[in-house]
Amino acid sequence: MPSPELAVAQAPSRPTRPRRHLPVLAYPLIGMLLVCVVMSFANADFLSVANLLNIVRQVSINGVIAVGMTYVILSGGIDLSVGSILALSGTLTAGLLLAGMSPVLAVAAGLASGVAVGVLNGVLVAYMGMPSIIVTLATMGIARGLALLYTGGYPIDGLPDGFGLLGRGKLLGVPYPVWLMLVVFALAWVLLARTPFGRYVHAIGGNEDATRLSGVRVKRNKLMVYAISGLTAAIAGLVLASRLMSGQPSAGVSFELDAIAAVVIGGTPITGGRGSVIGTLIGALTLGVLNNGLNMMGISPYLQIVIRGVIILFAIYVGRERIRRG
Amino acid sequence: MNPLLRLQGISKGFPGVQALSRMDFALDTGQIHALTGENGAGKSTLMKILSGVYRPDEGSILIDGKEQHFDGYRDASAAGIATIFQEFSLIPDLDAAENIFLGRELTRGGLLQRSAMRRRAAALFERLGYPVPLNRPVGRLSVAQQQFVEIAKALSIEARILVLDEPTATLTPDETRHLFKVMRELRQTGVAMVFISHHMEEIFEIADTITVLRDGRKIGTVATTAIDMPSLVEMMVGRSLESSFPPLKPPAPDAALVLDVQAIQLERQAPVNRLQVRAGEILGFAGVVGSGRSELALGLIGELPTTRKDVRFDGRAVRLTDPADALIQGIGMLPENRKADGLVLGASVRDNVSLNNLDKYRRWRWLIDGSKELAATLSSLTQARIKTSSPYTAVGTLSGGNQQKVVIARWLQHRCRLLIFDEPTRGIDVGAKAEIYQLIRQLAEAGNAVILISSELPEIVGLSHRVAVFDHGAITATLEGAAIHPNQIMLHATGAHHAVS
Repeated sequence: MPSPELAVAQAPSRPTRPRRHLPVLAYPLIGMLLVCVVMSFANADFLSVANLLNIVRQVSINGVIAVGMTYVILSGGIDLSVGSILALSGTLTAGLLLAGMSPVLAVAAGLASGVAVGVLNGVLVAYMGMPSIIVTLATMGIARGLALLYTGGYPIDGLPDGFGLLGRGKLLGVPYPVWLMLVVFALAWVLLARTPFGRYVHAIGGNEDATRLSGVRVKRNKLMVYAISGLTAAIAGLVLASRLMSGQPSAGVSFELDAIAAVVIGGTPITGGRGSVIGTLIGALTLGVLNNGLNMMGISPYLQIVIRGVIILFAIYVGRERIRRG
Repeated sequence: MNPLLRLQGISKGFPGVQALSRMDFALDTGQIHALTGENGAGKSTLMKILSGVYRPDEGSILIDGKEQHFDGYRDASAAGIATIFQEFSLIPDLDAAENIFLGRELTRGGLLQRSAMRRRAAALFERLGYPVPLNRPVGRLSVAQQQFVEIAKALSIEARILVLDEPTATLTPDETRHLFKVMRELRQTGVAMVFISHHMEEIFEIADTITVLRDGRKIGTVATTAIDMPSLVEMMVGRSLESSFPPLKPPAPDAALVLDVQAIQLERQAPVNRLQVRAGEILGFAGVVGSGRSELALGLIGELPTTRKDVRFDGRAVRLTDPADALIQGIGMLPENRKADGLVLGASVRDNVSLNNLDKYRRWRWLIDGSKELAATLSSLTQARIKTSSPYTAVGTLSGGNQQKVVIARWLQHRCRLLIFDEPTRGIDVGAKAEIYQLIRQLAEAGNAVILISSELPEIVGLSHRVAVFDHGAITATLEGAAIHPNQIMLHATGAHHAVS
């Protein structure tokens, strides 16, 4: 076998990396900018620093959940349990704090509860071969039920003041949740775009059989994907509990739909195989801008739901896979 | 007089590739016209233009001298062109009659006339002389039966032009013979057929006229009686091929055993008690489709469950319960169906080649070293002679031969001690075939062990040091030396040896 250097010299021309990220992300980006332009014309205060910070803070919870959702959808699955996991981790941490547990341990327990549900999802999907939509529909109920059982159905209030820092603190004028979201996105991007695991997630979503037959441990990697989704949902649960200073068993209902919407608007097809967390960030921001702008314009919340649905349909229409076969 | 179908100056380009350049083509009533050429020559593109899937960039399609504009498959079939794609377009859960009349159901008062449709379907199959059960979803029919459902469907719309894309690729010799019989009968009734194929013997058996494409251009159209096989191959590849099978270098007499299977037992298969491959040796697995060759290989690498498995590899006992275990040991397998099981079609060439090699390009322990990966990928592309505009091109846009070479490149990089090739040249043109044979030989000469599963006898005979013949899930014979002969293999593969002995 020729040495790599030699082979490079023989190759007709060293290929330049194509601008393949550009077209993928261009549509979501243009879409977001378009929404921003419309909103800034409709409302003079839209572009104020305070409002923009407000938007990214509001986006941070859905954004963090959508990171895990991106992994799951990329791998060809779906995770409906994230909203319930958010409630479970939030209430568990709140309850343990109230019981006097050290904050570090209580936070760790909250995160662990999310990972545990994620691992359960992963075992059932990857090792038992059950369809993800059914598995996570069931665990959505289970996690929500556990949160309700644990709290008896009532919010857990009266948390120690220090806990509020996570959701309410600021660094350089930017709220902690925003920093946290950026860190989560950065780590998720590196993991997805620069590690073998990330490549496997794409490959599994593209063709699971071929990936397995080539010798990749598909089950293990799929398990990881669901565990990550559980973890990011739990992180979001802690942020929300901290911001509300309360563990709410009914928090996060239908958050899974927002997360899926962010992923899809961000250009990841629901069938998986290709996409990126950057797109998801754009998708989450687009949804946030839309919420914020429509609220400022005083548009009826009912109508807002309709508009959001139309935007999602439009995003799918623009991003739909063009069938090209040679 | 106008021919039935005429294409004039058809061109079609895709980003980076000119798939067809000013192509002319004519088809007469009652003619079987073979369309051949290496993969990537433009056959598929031409077929998709004929079937209305693609629109040509320029040029015109004339039927009976009248210009046609197809916008989709429906237009083409309305104009009398029916296409039978390699991947069938049948609904697996519907029965044959429901498939044939899909979208054109016979109704009375809004209700389906099931019995009338069945009667008509039965009549069509009678005309074809091929019995297809009507009371069963087509997904449970054999490949040949499904193909005849497609043909019946084409007849039911009274197609005058039938385009058949590699129709024999998945048929047994018997089924192929029957297909040809039906094609000849259709020719009698005036149906014109475009027969897309790589198989020289088949083209010479069935076609009246042959058109050869190369690199998107028409090289020529000749009457079958006016040309012989070597000249046709030369037209296809643009050079005369030396024999694809020069004499094999035998493995060293003291070559070590690489694979030593003491026992392996799969569900619904006979136990295999001894299977050995030595370093530098190519062991052929011969047999008809469904004889258990692929299953044994898949059981070996841990993809299919086995009830008993006692395998020694490089002298050590190994447990293989997942293809990933096999990979760690240095056993690789190239699956039979490269699109379904071999490639991530939407991913790039680079991602596909390095899919199971990523552990070799680490940086800072966790990250992929991109430049190392690219260098290794480029070296594999050169080694396997893959033609692609860039390593970032999606694999799905490459021709079949190049796709297969991408799968091979993946394993070349891995330097496996044992490589299992399952039908490595299916649906691949002559030129790419020769290159793949060359790669297999090189692997063996470098001291690796190779198992070659193939339904093409010349391939098995020309490339194997030893041949294990399969029939109904059991190895019925292991042939060596002069005994490796097509007749011997067929004897053991078809159960005929029982009749003889």
